[in-house]
Amino acid sequence: MGILEGKRILVAGVTMDSSIGFAVARTAQEQGATVVISNFGRALGITRRIAGRLPEPAPVIELDVSDDEHLATLGDRLREHVDGLDGLVHSIAYGNPETVLGGGFLGAPWADVAQAVQVSGYSLAAVTEAVLPMLSRGSSVVGMTFDATVAWPAYNWMGVAKASLESTARYLARDLGAQGIRVNLVAAGPLQTLAAKAIPGFEQLEGMWAERSPLGWDHQDTGPTARSVVGLLSDFFPATTGEIVHVDGGYHAMGA
Amino acid sequence: MATTEEIRASLADIVNEVAGIPADDVQLDKSFVDDLDVDSLSMVEVVVAAEEKFDVKIPDDEVKNLKTVGDAVAFIERQLS
Repeated sequence: MGILEGKRILVAGVTMDSSIGFAVARTAQEQGATVVISNFGRALGITRRIAGRLPEPAPVIELDVSDDEHLATLGDRLREHVDGLDGLVHSIAYGNPETVLGGGFLGAPWADVAQAVQVSGYSLAAVTEAVLPMLSRGSSVVGMTFDATVAWPAYNWMGVAKASLESTARYLARDLGAQGIRVNLVAAGPLQTLAAKAIPGFEQLEGMWAERSPLGWDHQDTGPTARSVVGLLSDFFPATTGEIVHVDGGYHAMGA
Repeated sequence: MATTEEIRASLADIVNEVAGIPADDVQLDKSFVDDLDVDSLSMVEVVVAAEEKFDVKIPDDEVKNLKTVGDAVAFIERQLS
């Protein structure tokens, strides 16, 4: 019997089978969950094909987190597949790779920064609010961050957007605690996903991560991250909310 | 065993379905990017669809070497042989 037996989970942000979202969906299914996955726009075609590679068929719904109509109808569209939700996984971020990622920090236009913050940070609140009527006591919201307490090579304004995500998660945890809903983030080490490959210079992080992490780090293995997300979705972290769990081989705890 | 032309024709159908390019334009000497305007996101979907269709694995590192339709057909042929 799996640790998500009987639970209904929306994994928002699944593209390729190399994506963190895909690994979470697969692990959640293996642990007994019913999983719905989402993506948007042209990438939706990839998601529909990739869904066939999950252990069980998963419904694919369209969700552009910057589209008010998509958010307003999300609950109804989810109810076509599940009668409630026990978990929401937010695996969504976007920043224009030509302006807000890679190269120098200065010079990014506000419109692109605003988009990065909306899609990568604010959207955690927007999607949670959209599905809130379907959540109940014991439900769990989990998002993906990349440690935003420090500056990184190449990450630039996405780091700023992740700082907004981390703060958003704390405020959601504050306001949803009374309803018994937990909100946590996983800070994973660098993973070679389709999204990461679009970040110019992100590969600089990979070598130093493997070298410095006491447990080592495989930037191609989304498994440890997925299992940790599933742990937070489960009933095994019942008193944990507003937390950022580092799934990074221990990198964050080392000074050098 | 599929012939080169059969693989090309199946791949052309995929490119048509994913990117809306007329299947007849998808000939061996055509570059995905320069001649057919297949961008990186469409190319990812073409690769995923081709993997399903031909039951092969096309590693990410290999995709950048598949510049022309002929490159892709040759790669798939090698995987099938």
